[in-house]
This record gives sequence, C-alpha cells and structure tokens, in this order.
Amino acid sequence: MTAPLLAVEGLSVRFRSGGRMLPAVDGLDIAIAAGETVAVVGESGCGKSVTALAIMGLLPAPPDCAVAGRAALDGVDLLSLPPEGLRRLRGRAMAMVVQEPRTSLNPVFTVGDQIAEAVRVHTACSARAARARAVELLELVRIPDAARRLDDYPHRFSGGMRQRVMIAIAMACDPRLLIADEPTTALDVTIQAQILDLLGDLQARFGMALLLITHDLGVVARMARRVVVMYAGRKVEEAPLRPLFAAPRHPYTQGLMRASPHHAPAGGGRRLAEIPGVVPPLDALPLGCAFAPRCPVAFDRCRDERPAVLPAGDGRLAACFRAAGEAAPA
Amino acid sequence: MKALAGFARRYARNRAAVLGLVLVAIVAAMALAAPILYPESPWEMVGRPLLRPFQNPEFPLGTDALGRDVAAGILHGASVSLTIGIVATVVSVVLGTLVGAVGGWYGGWIDDALGRLTDVFQTMPFFVFALALVAILSPSVGTIIFAIGIVTWPPVARLVRGEFLALKSRDFVQACLGIGMSDARIIATQLLPNCAAPIIVTASIKVATAILTESSLAFLGLGDPNVMSWGTMIGQARDLLRTAWYLTAIPGVVILLTVMALNLVGEGLNDALNPRLKPR
Repeated sequence: MTAPLLAVEGLSVRFRSGGRMLPAVDGLDIAIAAGETVAVVGESGCGKSVTALAIMGLLPAPPDCAVAGRAALDGVDLLSLPPEGLRRLRGRAMAMVVQEPRTSLNPVFTVGDQIAEAVRVHTACSARAARARAVELLELVRIPDAARRLDDYPHRFSGGMRQRVMIAIAMACDPRLLIADEPTTALDVTIQAQILDLLGDLQARFGMALLLITHDLGVVARMARRVVVMYAGRKVEEAPLRPLFAAPRHPYTQGLMRASPHHAPAGGGRRLAEIPGVVPPLDALPLGCAFAPRCPVAFDRCRDERPAVLPAGDGRLAACFRAAGEAAPA
Repeated sequence: MKALAGFARRYARNRAAVLGLVLVAIVAAMALAAPILYPESPWEMVGRPLLRPFQNPEFPLGTDALGRDVAAGILHGASVSLTIGIVATVVSVVLGTLVGAVGGWYGGWIDDALGRLTDVFQTMPFFVFALALVAILSPSVGTIIFAIGIVTWPPVARLVRGEFLALKSRDFVQACLGIGMSDARIIATQLLPNCAAPIIVTASIKVATAILTESSLAFLGLGDPNVMSWGTMIGQARDLLRTAWYLTAIPGVVILLTVMALNLVGEGLNDALNPRLKPR
C-alpha cells in the first residue's frame, strides 16, 4: 500500500479541567488514502470533533490543551508545524465543513464576498478573478442562478443553501483533504441527502479524500468506504464498510447497529435496542476497557486491562478481547 | 446602494436626528465659509470696541473689548472646533479599537495587560488628565488633539473588546480560521465590520465631547494661542459678563447647539444602525 494522504498516529488530545488534564482523544490511529472516504462514528463526546480540530490545528493553545502524536498530511507532520505554516495549509491542502451552517457565515457580508475572500486568502488574484471563481464555486455546489445569488446576504439563504456555500468556501482552493464534521446533522432529512450527494460527487470529481465525522450510521452506509468507530476517545473498531455492517466485531459497534433503525430487522413495531448506560465522563474513565461497564459480554479481564487495537481478520481492527479471538475464561 | 437608501430612510424617521444633521451641516458650512467671508485673522482689531450685535451692519454680532469681530471669531472657531473634534475622535477611536480588538481577540495575558492599562486611564478624571497633558506639552492644536485622544479611548476599547468577545465564539470565525485566514485578516475584514455600528455611534457622540473639552480647555486659557476658539472667546469675555453679556452668550449658544446637534446625530445613527433595538 502506498503512503496514505493523511496518517494520524497515536494522536492524543487532553484538555485541562480543574487542574487535571483529561484525555479527550487517546492514542488514535487513522489513515486515509488520497481520494478515499473514511467515516468516523461514535456517540457525542467520544472525541470525533476534537480529532478533526486537532488535524486542522484549531484546538486551543497550551496549557489549556495538550496534543501529542503525529498527524501527517502528505508526509508533513501537522502537529509539529509552526502556526504560520499550518495556516498556509488550512483551506488550501485541507479544508473543513462544520455542523452549523446557520451561524458559520458572517452576517454582514454577501455570500459572494465571503467565497471570494476564501479564494483570495491563498491565491494572489484580482477582485474580479476572485468573483468569477466565486460564481464558478456556487455553480459547483449547485446553487441555481449563482451569478445573481452572489450578492445576497446569508440570511436570505436556507440552511441547506448555506451548507452548500460553506462547501463552496471549503472547495475554494481544491483541497486534497476535506473534513466534514457532522455536515448534515443540522439539516432536514431531504436536504441531508442532497448535501451528501453533492459531497460524494465533488469527491469523485476532484479526487479529494473525505474524512466524514458523523453519528448517523445511515450517512456512513451511504458515503464511506472504511469506518472507524470511536468510543471515549479511543478507536474501538475499524473495518471496511460492508464487513462492518455485516458482522461488527466490537460489542459497542454491535450495540450501535442494533440501535439504528436502518439495520434493525424489518417488521416494524419493534422497539429499537439501546445500549444501557451512558458514555463515562472523561474524569472517571474506567481502568480497563472504557466500554466494559456497558458491555453485555464483558468479563473480569475487561475491567482490569485495556484491550489493544489488534487485527481481527479481513483487514479489520478491533479493540476487544473477545473480538481478537482470545480465549475468555471459562 | 439599496442598503444605503434603507439606512437613510430609517435615519430620516427620527426628526430630531435630521435637525441635528442640519445643524452640524450649518456648523460645517460656517467653518468652510470662514476664510472666504473673513479672510483676515479673527484676532485683528477691526472696529470700535464693545459694539452690541445688530448695531452696525458691518459687525452683525458686535465686537469684543478689543474691537475684534465676534462673527469672524465664531466662524473661525467653528473650523477649529470641528477639526479638533473630528481628528481627536479619530485618534481616540483608532487607539481604542486597536486595544480592544487585540485584547478581545487574543485574550489571556495580553487581554489582562491591556485591560489593566485601560483601567489605569479610566480611573483618572478625564478632563483633569487632559488639562495636565496640555499644560505639560504646551497648548497647540496638535497637543490638544493628542490629549483629548489619549484620555477618551478607554470606553472605545471596552466597547470593542466586548463586541469581539461575543463575536469570537461565533461559528463563522472558526470557519475563517478553517480556511487559513490570518488573525490580522480576520480581525480587520471579518470582525471589525461586525462592530462598525456601535463604533460609529460612539464616534459621533465623541466628536461632541471633544468639542466641549476643547472649549473648556480654551476657556481655562489652555487653547492654542494662534487660533480663535469658542472657548477662548468665552474665557476672555468672562470679566465683562455684567456689561457685555452677549460676548459670552453668543459663543456659548453656538457650543450648546453644536454639541446638542452631534448628540442628536448619534442618537439617530444608533436608531438607524440598530433597527432591532427600536422596532417601530
């Protein structure tokens, strides 16, 4: 396998809280090849968005936050790059689309100005050229009558339209990696599908890698080629899409599948299975496997020892003593 | 263009603000007309001393104890007052915006340091501070502008800092960081336009305050000795208050009207720029 476009290795992010450093992300590995779509799934607070911010270099500065590990984009370690060098990469080599399109645009400028600004941040070009590029980008994200809508202010755009504008801004400099952090969570279901289609088409057309962060397994099934499941700041399972959905190895993934209406057995009227309990707070992570307290198949070892992320066959990885095929005590 | 027309319409809805604007325009016209109507220095003794207003058509507002033309003094004073008022406000707003923006944006120890600095300036009574500065630096138009600018920036800094703190956490700022904008670029092109409205309103009121401060300094004898100022006229006429009250009253009323007009303009701008504050 050739070197991946983005290689995150042993990424750890800790936040200061009341004098202690709490781990939000712990020893995470993710690799994305050029043009590939990888989805990161997990419940709220499992470290998905923090991972995205760490890659983009947008976390608060020390001492409030400590980042360790490596996140190499094209061989350049983003985490050890000086702020100015990182700034040059943001928006050009990598871009991000965030969850909330309603507040992500500056209310006092027209949409066209904001797209043009994104173009001009990284390319020295005239105002006229930037504007022409802005029209092109608005057409690219399929906003009808782009040339006219350019001079509208964001409040005249719907949520879905604004998310399209945010995508246009992200695409301004043809990034090689696009991080989409819950890009459709704040949108209507019908609009969600359109935005996902758009992201898929753009990815196919420009060959950029897509790191899709979501808690929606429906979105994952639609978009991703490979899936990383996170729980309490750690990767618990990683697998290609189909095998993961066909036979999840980690009990947490199994629980997620059972809790999702897309994958529950047909026949309606049945209550969806839930995973009992809640994600443990960061200041009270258990000694062993973080999922052990909620796990239906946990045994003594799970509570005392943290399972490593190990191969679980077919190019899959899982962090579970049971999945790795190790013998459970009788 | 459309936005500008809407702004003008909202402004015009406030009658008092329109009156204020008209008065300010008259003062500005007076300042512009001064060198044309009275090309000679207003310090020149041109007639019989202590002529009352309307006695001699050549001196419509009369003459002072030394036979200087009061009308010439008022017109030349308008240009001095407006210049000092506007330039001092620019100094104050630029300084305050810079301090407030940097403090609000970067936070942490930078904000603490700038905040303490602002406090230091704000704890000193601003007129006494300005008085001391002008006295030390010897009065001239330049030093008066400097002094007024230096003592009036802290409220601007606090205003801008507060706006920045609120804006900083908005998602669009994160989005701007995400596309690789530099701090300076975000501050200048994204955040400042968002707090332009309160800054403009503050500035219009500050021009009034600056004119009043300049007049007060001049009244106390700390005006620029080379230029005629309304405050100077009042200060010199003080001794004659019982015999020639008009020498105090005329510049006094002019100061009153100018300051009031600028305050009305400020009110009007506030209503027009923040239509959400006063839905009518």
